[in-house]
Amino acid sequence: MDISGQDFIQGLAFLGAGIAMGLGAIGPGVGEGFVGGKACEAIGRKPNEAGLLTRTMLVGQAVSESTGIYSLVVALLLLFVV
Amino acid sequence: MMEATTFASASFYLGAGLAIGFGAIGAALGEGYTAGQASIALSQKPESAGEVVKNMLVGQAIAESAAIFALVVAIVLLFSQPEVITPLTAWSAIGAGLAMGLSAIGSGLGSGMPGGAACRGIVRQPGNSGRIQTTMLIGSAVAQTPAIFGMVTAFLLIFLDFSSIPTYPGWGAMLGAGLGTGLAAIGSGVGNGFTAEEAVEGIARNPVSGKDTTRLMLIGMSVGQSTTIYGFLVSLLLIFFGFPESFALSDSLKLLAAGLSSGFGGIGPGIGLGIVAAGAVKWVARNQEATGLLTRTMLVGMAVTESTSIYALIVSLLLIVVF
Repeated sequence: MDISGQDFIQGLAFLGAGIAMGLGAIGPGVGEGFVGGKACEAIGRKPNEAGLLTRTMLVGQAVSESTGIYSLVVALLLLFVV
Repeated sequence: MMEATTFASASFYLGAGLAIGFGAIGAALGEGYTAGQASIALSQKPESAGEVVKNMLVGQAIAESAAIFALVVAIVLLFSQPEVITPLTAWSAIGAGLAMGLSAIGSGLGSGMPGGAACRGIVRQPGNSGRIQTTMLIGSAVAQTPAIFGMVTAFLLIFLDFSSIPTYPGWGAMLGAGLGTGLAAIGSGVGNGFTAEEAVEGIARNPVSGKDTTRLMLIGMSVGQSTTIYGFLVSLLLIFFGFPESFALSDSLKLLAAGLSSGFGGIGPGIGLGIVAAGAVKWVARNQEATGLLTRTMLVGMAVTESTSIYALIVSLLLIVVF
């Protein structure tokens, strides 16, 4: 396997993109799941407040998503710009 | 540089070690959890010892099956090497070991959780032990599904004929295929375990709600498999796509990165999907009229939680198809 400079750079960039998005999905996945689970429990306790609880759940999940978006941005940068 | 066939033969042994080494983790943890909960249950009601211990053993047996799959793959890797060994076979063997071993972590742990809830539930409601045990069996069995995906991937990697696939970039593809399914299955296995545990506990509290609880548990567990399916999809693409020969490092690493992206990317959302379903199932048992609303909310919550694994899948597909 002959390894040239540009090829090596691009190879590691690909690897970095995969690791960035892969590991970056762990946190938001568990976090948003936790939000969803507690929201479901709250709705079970008080079905009348479903609208409010669902909206709050979505807002909470959207904020938890933010680090996942950062990972996606970095991964896409590594793929397309490097 | 050693002969390619020596390296390939040696890799089979490495793969066997990886398969059983990782695979033993989850089942032992899950069974330990079950036994711990059984002890708590016995301390509350020593008279039910017979029923509780029987239930504990049955639950532990199902959790053990993930480790048995891993043992089978390890034995196959140890003793049956194919006649035609190419350098690529080495990386397939390592990928197979990783696929089986890693996926057994999640399923072993996940299958042990409903057993614990069943032991606690039986001392609370001895009259309903039959229904509790049935739900435990269903939940534990479905939680084995990610390990089965891992085993299928492992057998594909061991038994397919790779003589027509070039070693470069094939090595990255096979290693990525093993990691893709293996890692992603960890999340779904654990997540399914959370869901099944809450379902069994709910049925123990409120046996009347059995049908709704079981149904929602099955819906939740099925949707919870989706992250493993993304990982499996990427693995199948990596094994079967037919990449042209290329000695460039980037072409090999991009395939490995595709496997890592979908693999790691399935862990968190898999666990999260299970937690959402667990919350919903928990309250179906306590408030059965709200089942429809809880189902809808659960599905919305699961859809949002899934999003990062979709990003990871997109990155994987970009790496495989576009670059």
